[in-house]
Amino acid sequence: MEQLIDWAFIVGHINYWLFIVLMMTGLYVVVARGNLVKKIVGLNIFQVSVFMLYISIGKITGGTAPIYPVDLTGHIEPDPSIVYSNPLPHVLILTAIVVGIATTSLGLALIVRIREAYDTIEEEEILKIERQMTAEDNKEYGAAMGGRA
Amino acid sequence: MIGTFVDIVLFAMLVLTAFAIVKTDRLFAVVMLSGVFSLLSALLFVALDAVDVAFTEAAVGAGISTVLMLGTIALTSRTEKKSSISSPLPFIVVLITGVALVYGTIDMPNFGDAAAPAQQHVAPEYLKGSLEDVEIPNVVTTILASYRGYDTLGETAVVFTAGIGVLLLLSGLGRRRKDEDEEDA
Repeated sequence: MEQLIDWAFIVGHINYWLFIVLMMTGLYVVVARGNLVKKIVGLNIFQVSVFMLYISIGKITGGTAPIYPVDLTGHIEPDPSIVYSNPLPHVLILTAIVVGIATTSLGLALIVRIREAYDTIEEEEILKIERQMTAEDNKEYGAAMGGRA
Repeated sequence: MIGTFVDIVLFAMLVLTAFAIVKTDRLFAVVMLSGVFSLLSALLFVALDAVDVAFTEAAVGAGISTVLMLGTIALTSRTEKKSSISSPLPFIVVLITGVALVYGTIDMPNFGDAAAPAQQHVAPEYLKGSLEDVEIPNVVTTILASYRGYDTLGETAVVFTAGIGVLLLLSGLGRRRKDEDEEDA
């Protein structure tokens, strides 16, 4: 008789779904919030959730961190009974973390520059100023450009 | 069993922190909560056997990025202004994306499955090679510096480019401010 709910499937996949919940929270902050610093924080949440998804793919049940035991002189003493988790996702995510901080710092520098030019870091206010500037340009140069610039 | 319990507690805390970030409008609190989020995720990385990643996340995510964000809010503003328009569109978009992603996970192998495709290809080779060719106990170090050294080179190029970008964006910040003050006076 087949069970109505496949518990083994749910237990095996629930961690992916939890990562997706975190990921979507980050995406919501990026899309719905107008403050630029908060958008960067949302981007960070999204990023870290993707890292967790990658790392969880490399996890093996009963496995341990991929570091071989060494004796007192530093020689590796391999023990065939130990299961190691997959080290490849760890390496890829190490690179991704550093690239992530590079993009974050560039984004934050852009925010400082935007604040200098517009005197605000709220998306709505920046758009309002942009529209005003376009309207003024139209008033001044619109006729010369043949209607609306 | 204990491992699962730890995972669930960490997840609950991560989700609570993320929701608190959505709700809070004081940016100082938001930045601090983002540091908390990074530290909690570092703990989760330890639970998932990725000790090197946990170390880097704690240093970079909770350390450097918090400092950078604090610097930014010191130069800009401390509070988020409430949006005048509240549209359900972002929530719908996020919901649809989430459902699509969950649909995508259905074909994925179970969590912790030793027979999963990701565990079959080059990973056993790297584990063996670290023991026989490179003779470094930490396999992550072996792959990072030896097998995938070009990745690290590319990473350095990215960090260098970002550093130049930040310098170009921020250089002359103080000078421009002084010019403006003189114009105002």
